[in-house]
Amino acid sequence: MTPAAARGAVFRIRGLSKVYHMGEVEVSALRGVDLDIYDGEFLVLLGHSGSGKSTLLNIIGGLDTATTGSVAYRDHDLTHASDAALTLFRRHHVGFVFQFYNLIPSLTALENVELVTEIAEHPMGAADALRLVGLADRIDHFPAQMSGGEQQRVAIARAIAKRPEVLLCDEPTGALDITTGSTVLGAIARVNEELRTTVVVITHNAAIAEMADRVVTLSDGRIASEHRNAVRQSVENIKW
Amino acid sequence: MRAITRKLFRDLFHIRSQALAIALVIGAGVAMYVLMLSTFASLNLTQRTYYDRYHFADVFASLKRAPNRIAADIARIPGVAIVDTRVVVDVTLDVPGVRAPVTGRLTSVPEEHRPLLDDLALVTGRWIEPGRLDEVIANQKFADANHLAVGDTIAAVINGRRRDLRIVGLALSPEYVYAVRPGELVGDESGFGILWMGRRALSNAFQMEGGFNDVTLSLMPGASPEEVIGRLDRLLEPYGGLGAIPRARQLSNFFLQSELDSLNGIGRVVPVIFLAVAAFLLHIVLSRIVSIQRQEIAALKALGYGNWEVAWHYVELSLLVGAAGSLAGVAAGAWMGRGMTQIYTQFFQFPLLEYQLPARVVVEALLIGGAAAALSALDAVRRVLQLPPAEAMRPEPPATYRVSLLERTGLRRWLSQPSRIVIRNIQRHPGRSLLSMIGMAFGGAILIVGLFTIDSFGVMMNVQYNVAQLYTAMITFVEPVSASAAQEIERLPGVVQAEDFRSVPVKLVAGHWSRHVAITGLPVPSRLDRIIDAAQKVVTLPPDGLVLSHKLASVLHVKPGDRVTVDVLEGARPRRQVVVSALVDEYIGMNAYMQAGALHRLMSEGDSLSGAFLLIDPLRLNRLYASLKATPKVAGVTLKAAERENYEKTLLQSIGITRTVTIVFALIIAFGVVYNTARIGLSERARELGTLRVIGFSRAEVSYILLGELTIITLVAVPLSLLIGYGLAAGVVHVYDTEVYRIPLIVTARTCLEAAGTTIVATLISGWLVRRRLSRLDMIAVLKTRE
Repeated sequence: MTPAAARGAVFRIRGLSKVYHMGEVEVSALRGVDLDIYDGEFLVLLGHSGSGKSTLLNIIGGLDTATTGSVAYRDHDLTHASDAALTLFRRHHVGFVFQFYNLIPSLTALENVELVTEIAEHPMGAADALRLVGLADRIDHFPAQMSGGEQQRVAIARAIAKRPEVLLCDEPTGALDITTGSTVLGAIARVNEELRTTVVVITHNAAIAEMADRVVTLSDGRIASEHRNAVRQSVENIKW
Repeated sequence: MRAITRKLFRDLFHIRSQALAIALVIGAGVAMYVLMLSTFASLNLTQRTYYDRYHFADVFASLKRAPNRIAADIARIPGVAIVDTRVVVDVTLDVPGVRAPVTGRLTSVPEEHRPLLDDLALVTGRWIEPGRLDEVIANQKFADANHLAVGDTIAAVINGRRRDLRIVGLALSPEYVYAVRPGELVGDESGFGILWMGRRALSNAFQMEGGFNDVTLSLMPGASPEEVIGRLDRLLEPYGGLGAIPRARQLSNFFLQSELDSLNGIGRVVPVIFLAVAAFLLHIVLSRIVSIQRQEIAALKALGYGNWEVAWHYVELSLLVGAAGSLAGVAAGAWMGRGMTQIYTQFFQFPLLEYQLPARVVVEALLIGGAAAALSALDAVRRVLQLPPAEAMRPEPPATYRVSLLERTGLRRWLSQPSRIVIRNIQRHPGRSLLSMIGMAFGGAILIVGLFTIDSFGVMMNVQYNVAQLYTAMITFVEPVSASAAQEIERLPGVVQAEDFRSVPVKLVAGHWSRHVAITGLPVPSRLDRIIDAAQKVVTLPPDGLVLSHKLASVLHVKPGDRVTVDVLEGARPRRQVVVSALVDEYIGMNAYMQAGALHRLMSEGDSLSGAFLLIDPLRLNRLYASLKATPKVAGVTLKAAERENYEKTLLQSIGITRTVTIVFALIIAFGVVYNTARIGLSERARELGTLRVIGFSRAEVSYILLGELTIITLVAVPLSLLIGYGLAAGVVHVYDTEVYRIPLIVTARTCLEAAGTTIVATLISGWLVRRRLSRLDMIAVLKTRE
């Protein structure tokens, strides 16, 4: 048992299936996934597009519900939670980082983070969160005044400012070049190490997997393989 | 079907609810245009044909009595084409089955041929037979209202003798398209009987043989009515001329013409408001579509579609919406026009009033509807043309925002993030936000304009019937009578109180300006007929001098303290200088008042009286009616209850329709603006709002951002609608500031509430519709796509 596993499972996923109805066609995005995600671990979900990784992330993040199977967050059952309960779950426990940042263009960097700190229970200071991602000097800039990497780091600051227990990242470097991508990944790794936040990153880029404690590969809605990295590589050592 | 055409229809389907809302606004504007202008065309054509075919006169004059040879002198006035002399006398009628005495107007017609001017349109029956002294032709509406037919007999008190008159025909006259007694606004079909009688019979009865007391003229093309009237007045002065009037001031024509003018005016102004609002909405929607489809536009260009080909694609989209709205508008306008023409047949008496939809009106309506749609596509076209394909392939950069002015004043720290989003969004598109507010405000404003006249007429009527005229009946004598003769009236059964008045026809002259009016002499204090000013206060007549209505004073360009020349048109026709001592604001007619004593002094006469106001015991009404019908001195009896009832019947009928149509149109425009504003807001910020939902904002919190903006726009639009509405209403009041009547500018709290309510209801419905969409917002999809 690894030290992370010893701390206990944050998510307990059993027999998870998801069927989408696209017009007259049924698409099975997930076909019976069993997975535990442990406290404080850095988990990478690998897979090609259509493999079901985003669906999985959406379900554990409380954005979507399963067709069959169950998901538990610690001792909360997410499978049958109401819309209001899922909203509260997202508000208090989960941080999201998206491929396209999804910042509010009418709010400055600081205000985008404050969006979260104003509604969270034990947030850190919004400026502190931005300092953590290296944007202390950009706090009064609007999204239109920042580069893609900077925007994504604001998104990370926004996600971690509430001190979430899990940070869910969907292709966080998908829209970035290598250099800025590295900075963003570095910021995510720091959050995992310094704040002990459980991190789940979705990517189709296998190189990023070297940063993780554990790598789960999804294919056609099933877990195809799972392995642990004996040594986590730091961002600087990754080539992609 | 070409792929790009298929795309067009799918895009249209995609925005169907917005397209429908905009098409409705266009449809409302086009419908208003078609309704007003087709009704105008129908009425106008009917009027012209009628006037033409039946030789409606250009100048009308009444006098005491002139010998027939004067007609030749009149004919020699330069510019005069045809002269027709007549005998016109007002009498009291006793109509079978009607207890109350009825005012009758007997007008002579030649027995051997049709009148040269103001011919009658004989509907049924025949013309007067020469030599038959008891035959009359009756006005058709009057006969219908009293269930009279050809062959029936009615009695008239002619020179103190009761005479039976046999109806031989029913007819209409171009002089009485709108049959209304002087000083009234609404025609009284059953209480005002116009009868045409043979010239010999009428002359005989009233000792008018060899003479006339009424003359009408037609003019040569290009002749000036003013000049002819000047000469005619001088010519008729020795014969008791009461002052000639041009066709424009002839009462029936005045009402018909002002109705035509208002149809034409409303038909050209109101649709512009609707179409401007529709063009603005369509412009926003199209610009938004171009933003969303920038990658598609780039792809189309990359595939080899030409710039203009792509641009035309978006013009077609707007034209489709415009065409749908315009066609529906033409159909609705024609349908409503038919109904409105039907209503007019109840007010106006034409031999035949058929609804016509001129092709010209349809073409114009389609053109203006299409023009509004085409205009709205200009910005979209410009943006399509300017979009370089390579750049368009990349997603649009984040929108640029600034910290709002409001926040810089120090309010910033008091505003939550969602509130800041709301304010900055409004500030980011100041022009669009402002136009949305104005567009929405027009909904309420249209309602105010449509409904305020109802309140105004209500006030006019309340002043008229409940504050000013406290009498039950007004009687007028054939000739002025002495005070002792008047006392006979007071002794009639059922008369509780009587108050005599003197009325003298005069010409008031001040500098270049003059008007023919009557000076009414009232006792002080006058209890049954009170003079009421705009503040609804009773005005006490000063011992000397004239009290004029504001309108009369402004026509004569005089103010209190000025002197006017009074040319009396009765008796010895004295000429006097009188001081204007006060002005009163009155809504109906142009009136001049004096204390009865002062008027007697001016006339150098004793207690001569023209009529009396009576307060009647309702239980003895029938006996009084019977006595009045037999009193030879009485020329006419006006019953206030009948007049009022008639007015209310007419008004209620039109109020219901006006209110419904106005509210529907106001709702269409308000809803069109609010709904589109909300949908555009949702489209522009779906991603943003989805993100907020993902990071833990509840539905209510997210709705606040979208609906908050809508609420702010509505909160500004409501007072703005009251302001614009009040301004437009003031404009309408100005247009209707005529010598016959004025409308007070009364916008009641109820009308304001209805206007505000319309705007708020439109916002609530739109908010609810958008909120439903917001609940269905697909959070996951929003995160994946850039748009």
